[in-house]
Amino acid sequence: MWAALDILTQANFWAATLRIATPLIFGVLGALLCERSGVLNLGIEGIFVAGAMSGWLAVYLGLPLWGGVVVAALVGALFGLIHGLLTVPLGLSQHVTGIGVTLLATSLAYFGYRVAFPNVATPPRIEPFPPLDVPLLRDVSFLGPVLGQQTAFTVLAFACVILLAVLLARTPLGLALRAVGDNPEAVEAQGLSVVGLRIGAVMAGSALMALGGAFLTLSAFNAFYFGMINGRGWVCIALTVFASWRPGKALLGALLFGALDAYQLRLQTITGGAVPSQIFLMLPYLFSIAALVLVARRADYPRALMKPYFKGQR
Amino acid sequence: MIRFVPRERTPLWLTLAVSVGAGVVALVLTAIPLALSGAPVLQAFLLMAQGAAGSGFAFAETLTRATPLIFTGLAAAVAFRAKLWNIGAEGQLYAGALATVALGAGLLELPPYLLVPIVLIGAALAGAALLLVPVLFKMRFGADEVVVTLLLNFVVLLFVQMMLEGPMKDEMALGWPQSAPVLDEAALPKLVSGLRLHGGLVLAIVCAIALHVLITRTVWGFRIRAVGENARAARYAGLPVGRAMALVGLLSGGLAGLAGASEVAGLKGYLTADLSPGFGYAGIVVATLANLSPLGVIPAAIFIAGVFVGADSMSRAIGVSNYLADLVVALSLLSVLVGGLLARFRIVLVRRETA
Amino acid sequence: MIAPTAPDRPDRTPHHTRPPVLSLSGITKRFGNMVANDAVDLDIRAGEIVALLGENGAGKTTLMSILFGHYVADEGTVHVADAAGRLAPLAGGSAEAALKAGIGMVHQHFTLAENLTGFENIVLGTVPLWRLGFGKAAARSKVARLMRDSGLQADLDVPIGKLSVGEQQRIEILKALYRDVRVLILDEPTAVLTPQEADSLAATVKTLAGKGLAVIFISHKLHEVLALCERVVVLRGGVKVADRPTAGADRATLAELMVGREIPARERMPASLGAPVLRLVGVEVGAPGERDRLEAGDLELNGGEIVGIAGVSGNGQGALAALVAGLKPPRSGLCEIVGQQATRSDPRARLAAGVGRIPEDRHRDGSIGALSVAENYVLETIGSPENQRHGLLRRAAIQARAAQAIRDYDIRCPGPSAPIRALSGGNMQKVVLARVLERAPKLILAHQPTRGLDIGATTDVHRRLLAARERGSGILLISEDLDELFALSDRIAVIHAGHLSPAIEAARLDVRTVGLMMAGHSVGEAA
Repeated sequence: MWAALDILTQANFWAATLRIATPLIFGVLGALLCERSGVLNLGIEGIFVAGAMSGWLAVYLGLPLWGGVVVAALVGALFGLIHGLLTVPLGLSQHVTGIGVTLLATSLAYFGYRVAFPNVATPPRIEPFPPLDVPLLRDVSFLGPVLGQQTAFTVLAFACVILLAVLLARTPLGLALRAVGDNPEAVEAQGLSVVGLRIGAVMAGSALMALGGAFLTLSAFNAFYFGMINGRGWVCIALTVFASWRPGKALLGALLFGALDAYQLRLQTITGGAVPSQIFLMLPYLFSIAALVLVARRADYPRALMKPYFKGQR
Repeated sequence: MIRFVPRERTPLWLTLAVSVGAGVVALVLTAIPLALSGAPVLQAFLLMAQGAAGSGFAFAETLTRATPLIFTGLAAAVAFRAKLWNIGAEGQLYAGALATVALGAGLLELPPYLLVPIVLIGAALAGAALLLVPVLFKMRFGADEVVVTLLLNFVVLLFVQMMLEGPMKDEMALGWPQSAPVLDEAALPKLVSGLRLHGGLVLAIVCAIALHVLITRTVWGFRIRAVGENARAARYAGLPVGRAMALVGLLSGGLAGLAGASEVAGLKGYLTADLSPGFGYAGIVVATLANLSPLGVIPAAIFIAGVFVGADSMSRAIGVSNYLADLVVALSLLSVLVGGLLARFRIVLVRRETA
Repeated sequence: MIAPTAPDRPDRTPHHTRPPVLSLSGITKRFGNMVANDAVDLDIRAGEIVALLGENGAGKTTLMSILFGHYVADEGTVHVADAAGRLAPLAGGSAEAALKAGIGMVHQHFTLAENLTGFENIVLGTVPLWRLGFGKAAARSKVARLMRDSGLQADLDVPIGKLSVGEQQRIEILKALYRDVRVLILDEPTAVLTPQEADSLAATVKTLAGKGLAVIFISHKLHEVLALCERVVVLRGGVKVADRPTAGADRATLAELMVGREIPARERMPASLGAPVLRLVGVEVGAPGERDRLEAGDLELNGGEIVGIAGVSGNGQGALAALVAGLKPPRSGLCEIVGQQATRSDPRARLAAGVGRIPEDRHRDGSIGALSVAENYVLETIGSPENQRHGLLRRAAIQARAAQAIRDYDIRCPGPSAPIRALSGGNMQKVVLARVLERAPKLILAHQPTRGLDIGATTDVHRRLLAARERGSGILLISEDLDELFALSDRIAVIHAGHLSPAIEAARLDVRTVGLMMAGHSVGEAA
């Protein structure tokens, strides 16, 4: 039993928590940005795949690592543009369009990968982001090893949390975004463009989602695998509700999920096969469902979420 | 400036034209990445068409592939009609498949006329039970069913893997994680000797017709439509909203479960964790292409199946990745969504500038 | 400063000699075959309060929507004065252009984001979006000055959703003033206010006009128009039928101009009371802290009479309606409906007991847009033997009965199979009426039965409700329209802050008394 608790004291566990949480931080931030503007983006799963694949491919083809990050963000924004155009001015079902974007982004990524590498047995690799090696921090006990294992990409995720929180709370743009997800008429009556704000939010949110995917191929691993996203995007949609559409709580939710996932991985090794590994692997999904169900009643959904807005039709 | 003016009613020919047009547009759009990849575009499409319907044998293969898609397409159509966003047909399919193996691989020894119905009912119930959980969460807690059904897909697949590596593992299978084969008494009959076509196709078509009658001709179908179009007004009018939703959940999950039974008992004979290459998700595309009409699901499923079968055959011939099929499917979905606007609205150009 | 043109010393020039600040000329707008605005001219000058009067559907909203860029006019031009007073054409199709030109509008349905505070709603969109901050201190002091100058008071720092309707409206006006508007359009601003709140609004409007603001006051309430405005423009069927000073005009003249014919006085028989159909004793509906809850309701309604419930919406009439409709259970107290005690929320039990319900919002609660007229007609009775056999729909019988109802109720529609969303509001309401009245209900809940209907449809609804009363139905009429309440009710009760006053004979009440009761005064104080 002590072994199960002992996990919590290991620097390795906390390092893994941060590593697992990082893509989710990007994903939840992206989803909440879209939803704050009133658009549910179920394209997230596919955008993760496309971001993972395109960012990695860019680096493999010779771009610097940060160049790969930029490419992934642009690809994400492009799929965001598709989702935004279909759901905002055309007002199509956000559910079905999102599934369509996921299918499109996934199949394009897979098809593109197969075109680039028709017959490879082992996936080609790149040199990923190196761990941060901060001279002074290195020697701090516990914190040193936990943070020292992280990469600059994780720092970017935390920076995004702060940036998005400040953007939403403090700036004129953030005010307009919060308003357009609550009552688009209020935004239009003040002379702002509902369509512009929403498409912009969906593109920026999708770029963030793609960064979540790129983290996996550029920092957590060093190659692209089929099926590597494996529901992470959907998890983010659940965590967004859990986070009440607030960046700070999004960070908390992602870290909680990361801790749970890291914990079950270690628990698996401790139990040594007495319990089927699939039981542990189910836990993160079940945790997400439980989190969603628990907060759903109290959830303060953006009032205009999933309600298409057409100018001049009241 | 463009304005959408709602049509009072959409003529049938237009609905059909939109669906067919969407398929064509999807193929044209697919030509772009295909050309960029350096493949011979026309040859690839020709090979796809031949592979899907170039011979009786090829078309039979397409129909075989269409069978589970009709079931999952119906599952999505009935759910979406009621605005129940069941994206979990993939998981429900596996639940049905699991029930098929649990009941039909030796647990019960009965003659076929008893065992086949029992297996089918068991599979439908397993799929339905799996969907009732999110339906309950939605109605009781207001939890969004999209996310719950999506996440349950992963849980179910892990559960299937666990069963195949554990209690249901076939010891004769030389270490492969697969189940014991279903008994001959539980298997669905083959329709034509020498082809893989099986009784599942007949069952699927019967289900489509039954669902069509249910939705258009019965009181419960009326209630489902009413709840789907405006749940508030339905509740105000005293319609049993909760029971209508539960019924939709049972039907949708049950149909997806039958897809699993049909694949295991009609085609594969045993269960593996890669039974479905995304039939559940493709069902959403099928239903949308069919404009959520149960009868329309049949041709839509055959089209999507043709794309998959054709792409496989084309891929074997000239080595272009068969992920091309997924691309066509995704683009079909997006095209038909946009095309649906043409069916629901008249697009009017308004003169004068600014938007 | 309210507006750049507002002089600090009072301007004694008569309004009509000043140049216009806003000039619409020859505005024509067609929707299909319907002409919503037909060559409408309208000039307004600084400091002037002009009433835009007209029935629902007369084209008032269309005209203002053209000004605000929701629609683009087919013909005609809009000119607005710039800061120097020179008229310049206004670009169509853009709310932003109207705002920039100094035109502000307070819509009937507020355009406020409820998750933002009053202050945030006011500054929304006033600073370029790429800026990092608002210049909050300067903005705050400007809002404070506007509040001082205009007398508009509201809490700026709580989310809008927590403010009263009156406060929300004040935020809306401040929002316009913050943008230094020279023309302010108020669309039916008193519809949501008590008569006393309306008086205070009128005082504010006069103050603002005194400082040089031009005000367009859209209304169909004649007494307000006469009390507040100097000039009245009347629209009828999209055409401007009058443009005259209010001095010398009386209500009857304006009403005739507006409606185009004399309004016949309604005749009604004295009530012949039947058995009680609704009895409430100390009924509470909705949890404490909920908006729009009924705290203590006592009421007895008999067959053959109409009891009107007056009140500003959100004071508990929603809860009362939900209780009678079967959507909410009583939390405590005794609720007897047609002789049966009601304890649960069950719409079907109400229908079975003989309650007919006309919901407040016919689009949201009363009809299912995608279903046909016939299907909507049988919505509440789909399980009955005349509509189904062994679970199968009797489609021919349903169509035939719907066709009969279409004839009986003069429902204008392409036929029983047409989707109901293709119908106009009045015809949709007729379908609801047909559905309700076909069952000869003992109790009828009529919640805002004529909201948004034109005069013809309103008259029809009133006629049918009175006929139902004569056949012995008891009718609970919940309305915000005092004219309607006085025209139909035998007795009137007022609901305020969840408390239902005793129902008093309508003949012994007047509009002023009911108004004071709507603002929370007791009968004794008000009378």
